[in-house]
Amino acid sequence: MITMNVLRALGILMAGMSFANLATSAADDTKQPTLAGKLTITGSSTVAPLVAEIGKRFEQLHPGVRIDVQTGGSSRGIADARSGLADIGMASRDLKSDETDIKGHVIARDGIGMIVNAANPVQSLTDAHIIDIYLGKVTNWKDVGGSDMAISVVNKAEGRSTLELFAQHYKLKNSDIKASVIIGDNQQGIKTVSGNPGAIGYVSIGTAEFEAGQGTPIKLLPLGTVAATVENVQNASFPLSRSLTLVTKDEAKDLPKAFIDFARSKDVHDLVKEQFFVPLAE
Amino acid sequence: MISSKSSFSFLWRNDKILGRVLWASACLSTALLILIAMFLVKESWPVLTSIGITRFITDAGWYPLEKLFGLAPMLGATVIVSTLAVLIAAPLGIASAIFCSFIAPRRIAQAYRSLIALLAGIPSVAYGLWGLTVLVPLIGQFQPPGASLLAASLILSLMILPTIALTTDAAISTVPKSYLQGATALGLTREATIIKVILPAARASIGAGILLAAARALGETMAVLMVAGNVVQFPTSLFDPMRTLTANMALEMAYATGDHRASLFVSGLMLTAIVMALATLAWRLSGGRVHG
Repeated sequence: MITMNVLRALGILMAGMSFANLATSAADDTKQPTLAGKLTITGSSTVAPLVAEIGKRFEQLHPGVRIDVQTGGSSRGIADARSGLADIGMASRDLKSDETDIKGHVIARDGIGMIVNAANPVQSLTDAHIIDIYLGKVTNWKDVGGSDMAISVVNKAEGRSTLELFAQHYKLKNSDIKASVIIGDNQQGIKTVSGNPGAIGYVSIGTAEFEAGQGTPIKLLPLGTVAATVENVQNASFPLSRSLTLVTKDEAKDLPKAFIDFARSKDVHDLVKEQFFVPLAE
Repeated sequence: MISSKSSFSFLWRNDKILGRVLWASACLSTALLILIAMFLVKESWPVLTSIGITRFITDAGWYPLEKLFGLAPMLGATVIVSTLAVLIAAPLGIASAIFCSFIAPRRIAQAYRSLIALLAGIPSVAYGLWGLTVLVPLIGQFQPPGASLLAASLILSLMILPTIALTTDAAISTVPKSYLQGATALGLTREATIIKVILPAARASIGAGILLAAARALGETMAVLMVAGNVVQFPTSLFDPMRTLTANMALEMAYATGDHRASLFVSGLMLTAIVMALATLAWRLSGGRVHG
């Protein structure tokens, strides 16, 4: 009986809430062009800190607007935008070719760099080396031009878009990767590599460049002849790079459109740089 | 007479109200527990019906995005790492309780007790960070990558040591004074008194305390996630990296959707089952007194 009553109360509450939503959206239509209302944005934890900063600035410009940013991964951002659970989704990748039912709006770029411990004498690795190391065919640094030291392969946990981009780029299946350590976020990766002279891993270039600049003992390896720098991510010459994308279900209009236009404008380039990402070319 | 009668009925009414409040809160906490269990089952139901519970044990690996859902290595790793942690922490914890109760002078014993209580209050993330930046590189010097079963069991044993020390201390203090007097009257040495009289008398309560500590070890997440290496495999040596059920949920839940997400709830169900089995065992051991 108690559960029944609780369920009924919930039902009434939800009905009330959807009625309230109807009421506010009707009010929004009449109040054009002043921007007001609440914008829910969910998705990639890579994009979220940037969007939260952009959101704060947007709220200052439009006092009637409230922006709620929640993290949960690119997959969830796209799912939420598709289902309408969020007004805008965030994804740390370009939209796939089969995702034509939703619209993507790139707001910045991010690059993934291979990092090794600063004490490691290796200066560069070929694509074939990286693939062999991650497949467990090469297990000692001396086989790829380094000193006699066991390689610790650092991989990301399943579901992370960093892993997806890395695996896609090198055409690897996650189940074939022979990892020694599996990590969650970029910081855990940097701590793992900086504490282990034989480790190799991949993290966001912006984060790695910042940490290396702060004296953390890690080293970013070039890919082929292209150095892993923020500049090369911006001009898209660095192969392991990705777009930070806002996703909407249909062509954006009203409040979501105003926010996306703002997020793509020059007015937020300082925020993009503060988050160690790379702004769109001007 | 009238006044005394009215005050009596007033008290009686207060009692009734208190009774109702207690009833309500008891029902609420039970209902919460049942709701959580129902929620776990509901969230994992899609994969339990479409994939079946056996595949969670028999699948060759854990790659949910490639439709492989083998939880067995993590189930094994969870039990192994907790067992090791208890094996390390239990002797140390019991020894420290004996030191506290029989050997240390009163002042030192008091200081030592508060130190142990302080140790119990340190958040697990702090242990994890220390493990990641100090213990893991240290082990890595001998046997890379360092993040391993050994690192995880050491960190866990450090975390459950205070629990065992404090519960054992409490258990020893409940042993009747007459036992001690009897032992002294029989001319037993201090060692014999502790080993032959005190410990057997407090045995059940000490066992229950250890099982409670084991339950904490099974449920610990962040510290283990940071030092265990999180590779899904049966650890075959102390230096192998491994992943526990809790770490699995914490690592992947934020980025999981669909079947992947539901299968993480199956991890949760399995963990709940292990902890409940352990709690039942602890309850049996203590003869019904859960916090003995």
